[in-house]
Amino acid sequence: MKRFLTGGILIAALAVSACTNPDRFGSDGLDANANAGANANGGIIPGSVNDPTSTAFFQQSVGDRVLFEVDQSTLTAAGRATLDGQAAWLTTNTDYQAVIEGHADEQGTRQYNLALGARRANAAQEYLVSKGVPASRLRVVSYGKERPIEICSNEACYAKNRRAVTVLAGGLSS
Amino acid sequence: MKHLILSICLSLGLFLNAQAQAQEPLRIIIDEAIIEPLPFAAPSFQPESAAAGQMASDLARVVAADLTGTGLFREIPSSAFISTVSDFNAPVQYADWKAINAQALITGAVDVQGNNLNVKFRLYDVFSGAEMGSGLQFSGTVDGWRRMAHKVSDAVYARITGEGPYFDSRVVYVSETGPKDDRKKRLAIMDYDGANVQYLTDSGSIVLAPRFSPTGDRVLYTGYESGFPRIYVLDIGSVSRRVLESAEGTMSFAPRFSPSGQTVVFSLSQGGNTDIYSMDVNSGQSTRLTNTPAIETAPSYSPDGSRIVFESDRSGTQQLYIMPAGGGEAQRISFGEGRYGTPVWSPRGDLVAFTKQNKGRFHIGVMRLDGSQERLLTASFLDEGPTWAPNGRVIMFARETQGAGGSSTLYSVDISGRNLRPVNTPSGGSDPSWSPLQK
Repeated sequence: MKRFLTGGILIAALAVSACTNPDRFGSDGLDANANAGANANGGIIPGSVNDPTSTAFFQQSVGDRVLFEVDQSTLTAAGRATLDGQAAWLTTNTDYQAVIEGHADEQGTRQYNLALGARRANAAQEYLVSKGVPASRLRVVSYGKERPIEICSNEACYAKNRRAVTVLAGGLSS
Repeated sequence: MKHLILSICLSLGLFLNAQAQAQEPLRIIIDEAIIEPLPFAAPSFQPESAAAGQMASDLARVVAADLTGTGLFREIPSSAFISTVSDFNAPVQYADWKAINAQALITGAVDVQGNNLNVKFRLYDVFSGAEMGSGLQFSGTVDGWRRMAHKVSDAVYARITGEGPYFDSRVVYVSETGPKDDRKKRLAIMDYDGANVQYLTDSGSIVLAPRFSPTGDRVLYTGYESGFPRIYVLDIGSVSRRVLESAEGTMSFAPRFSPSGQTVVFSLSQGGNTDIYSMDVNSGQSTRLTNTPAIETAPSYSPDGSRIVFESDRSGTQQLYIMPAGGGEAQRISFGEGRYGTPVWSPRGDLVAFTKQNKGRFHIGVMRLDGSQERLLTASFLDEGPTWAPNGRVIMFARETQGAGGSSTLYSVDISGRNLRPVNTPSGGSDPSWSPLQK
């Protein structure tokens, strides 16, 4: 239990959470969604999306992922804004380490996509480091096209699969 | 197949040729435009012991399936037979086989004693009325009966086509089950025709792109067991594996053995940049072979081990390059439209197979070492990852279908582009690697 929030922030956090889609391959925080919300006396359930130190809050309110253009690993303006938020959060919540997962859509050969995912994960990592997150807290991994979250074969799905996802480890339990 | 010659074996042919018109032996020239497959008959083999009955029939079926599977042969069904073969050593009634247009006749005999299996066969050129080559005999175990059949098929195929054999070989691949967003992958090994599937890993973590050692006893692959892509070497006999050395904070993938089996060439990603390295398998000592900010991956040795073909996007898009095996200046070889990846040097040394992406379609193709004579063999939503049959005549690859229900299936195709067909595996498959011919 780290801190309490006012009701106003609570509502804002819930509103954001409804719009986001946690990465099903992220290892933390998925169970927390089911418990989202405050307890009976207005406190924050630790680890819930309303706990600003939680993985669930990071995933849903800060935003755990950035998206890329076709065959690109250059960060977009939206991506940089998300990473600014991640950097601020990681700078505050120093208990956490993170693995940045780079992914590609299915349009490409397997090995090339592994290398492309590595470029994307690295682009996100370098940006976070440039914003003051110690490199020692960050690792990168590429999944290439092995872990799509959307399964249709058109740009609507591909756009969501071309991503770098910051997956937290540590925090409350560590 | 315009050279389907009704003729005499060279061994017998000299004096007969003197009285007949000039003739050529029974032969399929694969490089020529093939109009019609060569008709053959493969009656049930002769059991030479009581225990051999079923196997005698099964062996002939596998031989027939091997040959017809090439697209170069057509089996004449036993219902059309005029005469039967009841004695492996009795003279062949050529007229009866000629009458049903069986240009080749394959006969065999099978003996089973305990777990020992002995298979003999003969190949006849029906229209010239002579045996083609001499009879051969293979011995093995009852469990390995399909290999005996493949050896018979290999001998028939090699004699008639003049090409090297390839049926007695295996394929290691990634078995796939489940939907695209929850795909389970495990390493599997099978006979070239999809029989005798055996799983080498469980599906607990991602496995990718297995590659046979030059002697077929080990497999390199990329695995995520540690949470990060690393290269493993797996001993097929004992199904034991070990991870190859890799530095903390790096990812390694796309491994392939050198022809000597002593060196592994692979890709290593560090700081977002992917280059090609080689490593001595025993010492773990590695050498950097490329050093550019581009993506360099999918390396494959020439059969003599002196050069490496690989893909790089140093020009801006994925293209194919050849460099000396120790690194150094690379020559670009692909100049067509689109992007080229996953090059694999042919076992004959004359061609490179590749995956090509162009205008939203994927192709498997082959080109000469200087990039000339590019030939696309397939086209689909997503074809990738070619591997060569040991004789360099056939390519296997994976085809992924489109959409939410998409799945991956292994296919084979002749390097002429003919005879595209799925490989019969129990579930989906990707990343095939064809073994050398078994010893």
